[in-house]
Amino acid sequence: MNEDKQNKENHEHITPYSTYVLVWLALIALTSITVTVSGIDFGMVALAIAMLIAAVKSSLVINIFMHIKFDEPIFKVFLMVSLFTLVIIFVLTFFDLVNR
Amino acid sequence: MANGTVALEEKSFYEESTNKYSGILSWLLTTDHKRIGLLYLVTICAFFIVGVILGILMRLELIAPGPTIMEAQTYNTLFTLHGVIMIFLFIIPGLPAIFGNFFLPLQIGAKDVAFPRLNLLSWYIYVIGAILVLISLFLPGGPIDTGWTFYIPYSVRSTTNVSLAIFAAFVLGFSSILTGLNFITTVHRMRAPGMGWFRMPLFIWSIYSTAWIQIIATPVIGITILLVIMERAFGVGIFDPALGGDPILYQHLFWIYSHPAVYIMVLPAMGVVSEIIPTFARRTIFGYKAIAFSSLAIAFVGYLVWAHHMFTSGISDTARWIFSLLTFIVALPSGVKVFNWVATMYKGSIDPKPPFLWVMSFIVLFSIGGLTGLVLGSLATDIHLHDTYFVVAHFHYVMFGGTGTIFFGALFYWFPKMFGKMYSIKWANISVALFFIAFNMLYFPKFIMGYMGMPRRYFDYLPEFTNLQVISTVGSWLMGITMIIIFANLIYSVKKGKKSPENPWGGVTLEWHTASPPPLENFHEIPTVTHEPYDFSQLEEMKHESK
Amino acid sequence: MNQSSHAPAVEQHAHRDDIGAKMGMWLFLFTELLLFGGMFLMYAYYRFQYPDQFKIAAMELSTSMGTLNTIILLTSSLTVAIAITALRKGNRFLALLNLFVTIVFALAFMVNKLFEWSAKISHGIYPGSEDILNKPNGEILFYGLYYVMTGLHGLHVIIGVVILSFMFVFIYKGSVNKDNFMKLENSGLYWHLVDLIWIFLFPLFYLIH
Repeated sequence: MNEDKQNKENHEHITPYSTYVLVWLALIALTSITVTVSGIDFGMVALAIAMLIAAVKSSLVINIFMHIKFDEPIFKVFLMVSLFTLVIIFVLTFFDLVNR
Repeated sequence: MANGTVALEEKSFYEESTNKYSGILSWLLTTDHKRIGLLYLVTICAFFIVGVILGILMRLELIAPGPTIMEAQTYNTLFTLHGVIMIFLFIIPGLPAIFGNFFLPLQIGAKDVAFPRLNLLSWYIYVIGAILVLISLFLPGGPIDTGWTFYIPYSVRSTTNVSLAIFAAFVLGFSSILTGLNFITTVHRMRAPGMGWFRMPLFIWSIYSTAWIQIIATPVIGITILLVIMERAFGVGIFDPALGGDPILYQHLFWIYSHPAVYIMVLPAMGVVSEIIPTFARRTIFGYKAIAFSSLAIAFVGYLVWAHHMFTSGISDTARWIFSLLTFIVALPSGVKVFNWVATMYKGSIDPKPPFLWVMSFIVLFSIGGLTGLVLGSLATDIHLHDTYFVVAHFHYVMFGGTGTIFFGALFYWFPKMFGKMYSIKWANISVALFFIAFNMLYFPKFIMGYMGMPRRYFDYLPEFTNLQVISTVGSWLMGITMIIIFANLIYSVKKGKKSPENPWGGVTLEWHTASPPPLENFHEIPTVTHEPYDFSQLEEMKHESK
Repeated sequence: MNQSSHAPAVEQHAHRDDIGAKMGMWLFLFTELLLFGGMFLMYAYYRFQYPDQFKIAAMELSTSMGTLNTIILLTSSLTVAIAITALRKGNRFLALLNLFVTIVFALAFMVNKLFEWSAKISHGIYPGSEDILNKPNGEILFYGLYYVMTGLHGLHVIIGVVILSFMFVFIYKGSVNKDNFMKLENSGLYWHLVDLIWIFLFPLFYLIH
C-alpha cells in the first residue's frame, strides 16, 4: 500500500460546513430522545437504551467531528485496540463481581 | 572521544550538540535522543544503586532473628521504598528509556525520535517524579510504609506521606506514557527506506509492544492512585470500606496496570536477548516472525491475567479458575521465545563474549522465575505460597534475574557503541560469574523458606529460618561487590578505556553501520535497508565500507 | 499493522510530519480514554452492587442543568470543527470567530457546573460531609464518583480553554494558518474528546430515574 499517496488524499479532505451542521442536529436530536426516554420507566432496559444512544452519539463525533473516517486506516486500528482493551477489562472484572 | 586515528573522522554526538550551549546546559537542553538516553542512564543507575543499598540493609536486618539494626517500622518503610524505587524508578523506565531512546532511532535508520522535545520533557517529568519520591522521605509524617502496592484501606489510613509518594508514582507514569507515545509514532513514521515491518530488529518489535502497554495500561493506575489521594485529602468515598467502598476493586484496578507492567519490564529485555544471541552465534535468528508476534501476543495476553495476584483476596471462585487458566497461556509465547533463542544457537559458531554470557545467565534465571510462576499461577499451590518468600523469590528471579541481568547485558553489548570505548573483558567475565553465584545465593534460599512458610515483609522470623537467612544475606554482600566491580569497570573504561572499533562484536543491525560513538544525526545519509535484520552475509560488505 | 515491506519513505529533514503529529495526538487521546475508562469501570462496579441507592442519589441531580450543559458542549464541538474547516479554506475571520464562540461555550459550561456544585455543597452534599456519611454506602459512592468524574472532566474543560485560547492567539498572529493547521486540528481532537466523555457522563449521572 502506498501510504504517502494516501496521506496526500487525506490531507486534501476538508469536511464541508453542512456536514458538521447536520451531525450537530443529529446529536441534539439524540440528546432530546435520550432525555425523553429516561422519563419512561423501562427498568433494566433503560440503561441499555441510554448507553446505546450514547454510543451512537460518540460514533458520530469520532467519525465526523474527529474525522477518523477520512484519516489513516491505522488510526482506526489503534482505536479498536484501545476499545477492545477497555472491553476486556470490563468483562474480566465482571466475571469476578457477578459470580461473587 | 575521537582520538584522531582516522584523519577524516567526523564529530561524534558528544562534540556536536542540538543547541547553542556547551557544557552541562548542552546536555540539560538537548533534544538528541542519544544524549537523552545517557541522561536516563545516569539518573536511573543512581536510583538503582539507592535501591541496591536499601536491599542490602534489609538483608542485614534479617541476618539474625529479632531487631538487629532497625525496628519494625523502619523495615516497613525500607521494603516499601526498595519496591517503589526499583519498580517505578529503575526497572519500568530502565530498558525502554535508556536503550530504547539510544538505539530505537539508530536501529530503524532515523535521525531522531518523532517528538524530540517531548522526549526531553519525559526525562524532566521522570526527574520531577524522582525528586517527589525523595521529598516524601524527609517531610514530617515519615516515609511511606504501605508496601509498593499501596493497598487499600491501609494506604488511606497510614499517617505517613502516602499522598506525595503515590503522586510521584502518578508523575512517573506520565513520563512512561509520553515515552511510549513517542516510540510508537517513531516506529510508524520514521523507518528508513526499505525497512519494512519484518526487517525491523527484534528489539524494535519488543519496544513497540512495550510502548503499547505503556500507553494503554498506565492511565488505569494513574486514575486509581489519583483517587486514593482524593480519598485521603477530601474523604471522597471510592475504595475505603468505611466510606462504602470495596478494597477488592482497588486491587483489580491496581493489577490491571501492574500486571501488564511486568511485561513493560520484561519485554524489552527479551528484545535485547534476541539481538545479542544472533550476533554472538553468527547465525540469523531462528523463527523471526514467531518471536516478533510473540512480543505482541505477550503484550496482549498480559492484559488477561491480572487477578492471579488476588487469588486469596476474596474474588469469586469462577474468576479464580478463569484467571488461573489464562495465566498458564502466558507461558506459551514466553516459551516460543526461549525455544527460538536456543534453536538459534544450535550449530552456530558461538563467541562467548560478556554480553552473551549475560544472556546465558538470563535464560537460566528467567526460566526458573517463569516456571515458579506456574506454581503460583495454579490455584491450589498459590493458596499455600501466597505472600510468602516464595513469591519474593519468584519475582526477583523474573525481574532482577530477567530484566536486571539483561540491563547489564545490554549495557555490556552496546557500551562500545555508546561511548566508543571498550571495557575490560576479563573483569566483565568475572562480574557475570560472580553475579550468577551471588544471585542464586541471595534468592534461591527464599524459595525454600517460602515453601516452609516464611511470610514476606516481616522484619523478624522464627529461629529455624536462621541458616537460610544468613546464606541469603551473605549472597547480598556478594551481590554488592559484583555491582561495585561492574560499575567500576564501566566507569573506568568511559574515562580511560581503549578506543573501541566501530563494530567490535560483528553485529549487522543498523546501529553497527555507523561510527562509535555515532555522529549527531546518526548516519551520514539515511541508509536504505536491503537485508533482513540478522543477515550476516553483509558483514564482509561492512568491512569494506568502513575502509 | 499489516503494511507490506514498503516502509513509509518519510523525509526527515526540515519536513514536518503532520500525520506523525496527529498519530501522537490520537495515542494521547487513547490514554485519556483509558483514564476515564478506569473511572467508568468503578462506576459500573458499584452501580451493579447498589442499583437502587444509585437511583435515589441521582434524584438530587438536576436533569435540566445536565441537558443544558450537554447542548452547550455539543454545540462547542460543532464550532471548533467549523473553525478548522474555515481555517483550511482560508477564512481566518470565521475561524477566529468560531474559536471564540467555542471558548465562550466552554466557560458557560464551567459556570453552569459551578452553580450545580455550589447548590449541592450548600445542601451539605460534598465529600466527607456529615450528611453524606450518614447515607447508605451506595449513595456515598455515587456522590464520590459524581464529584471525581465531573470534577476531572471539568479540569479537562479548563485545560481545553487554555489550549484553545493559545490557538486563538496563534491564528491571530498567523503561525497557525491555512498551510500549517495541525496544531488547531489536534486541539480540536482534544476538545471533541472532552465532549465524548460528557456524552457518557450525562446519561450515567443525570438520567437515572
